[in-house]
Amino acid sequence: MANEYADHTTLRSPLGRVRGLGSARSGTHHWWLQRVTSALLLPLTIWFALSAALLAGASHAETVAWIARPHNAVLLLATIGLSFHHTAAGMQVILEDYVNQEWLRMGAILAVKTIFALLALASALAVLRIAV
Amino acid sequence: MATFTLPKNSRITEGKTFKAEPDAKDVRTFKIYRWDPDADATPRLDTYEIDLGKCGPMVLDALGKIKNEIDSTLTFRRSCREGICGSCSMNIDGLNTLACLKPIADVKGDVRIYPLPHMPVVKDLVPDLSQIYAQLRSIEPWLKSDTPPPPDAERRQSKEERGKLDGLWECILCFCCSTACPSYWWNGDRYLGPAVLIQAYRWIADSRDEATGERLDFLEDPFRLYRCHTIMNCARTCPKGLNPAAAIGKIRQMLVERQG
Repeated sequence: MANEYADHTTLRSPLGRVRGLGSARSGTHHWWLQRVTSALLLPLTIWFALSAALLAGASHAETVAWIARPHNAVLLLATIGLSFHHTAAGMQVILEDYVNQEWLRMGAILAVKTIFALLALASALAVLRIAV
Repeated sequence: MATFTLPKNSRITEGKTFKAEPDAKDVRTFKIYRWDPDADATPRLDTYEIDLGKCGPMVLDALGKIKNEIDSTLTFRRSCREGICGSCSMNIDGLNTLACLKPIADVKGDVRIYPLPHMPVVKDLVPDLSQIYAQLRSIEPWLKSDTPPPPDAERRQSKEERGKLDGLWECILCFCCSTACPSYWWNGDRYLGPAVLIQAYRWIADSRDEATGERLDFLEDPFRLYRCHTIMNCARTCPKGLNPAAAIGKIRQMLVERQG
């Protein structure tokens, strides 16, 4: 295990190991935003799926016109922002769960967040280029 | 990474078989995990055939019968034999429970008994609980109050306030829940686990305690508290019918609440 405070071979007492570096005094914001984004994504995902289904067979011009409508563009941007935020937050939890080595965990979380941030920006730009 | 398979020296082999006496009428087979730190061998699964006609109704009765009459080397913890001390917690028929509260009749087929999962084993069915005890100690499970109690009187609490402790105080610290929790398996070095968190909430919920904020500060941590993903194994396995996940949910609710 990479966490030296959890290393059973250390002569540190069990209580010393458990107290470790102390409380991070965080985690609530991350957890709460994960719940809020999932609640908001529920109607947005249904809206997006229905809209995409209704656009099936539509021409390129019709689809572009649909995206350019202000209320559609706003909802699309909201869906993009919330989806990528929610996915990145969820991926962070999974990595924290399963990757024990600290440098690897930290690196993987940073990489995932960077990738999702870039994907979110690219998706938002695609919508904005049509809508603005 | 999390380890998903047993290391080579933990793989279980077939052990000895102790046959029932020829005149036994109602025979049940018990398969029990055995590991001896002094013997240079991998763990094994010993088979004991027990005549239920000459044995009490609970799994602990059968373990006692084995220890007393068949194989005195079998090691397990037990004390009260009535579900209040929490000593005989072990994995029976795939579920963590107390051997003294588990009727043999509830198990279909062979009765398989292992120590509590994912803990270091001291010997046979005895797990090393020193880390989980340290985790319990770390949440300071005692009343903390700067206000002295009234002279010659107890600290007062309304019936409603006392009612908030129901479903919490009954925990006997058998650690069936924590050792059933996959999050505790993967991150038990930093995650406190359901047993310790329900204890933490027992003191947070106590109207006489004045250290609620301090206790919440201690718990507010991505690993200590937020490794709970409401898998609910804790509530499913609890031999006392408690729900640690609900207590963890209430801690999180309070943390959100105090952020305003």
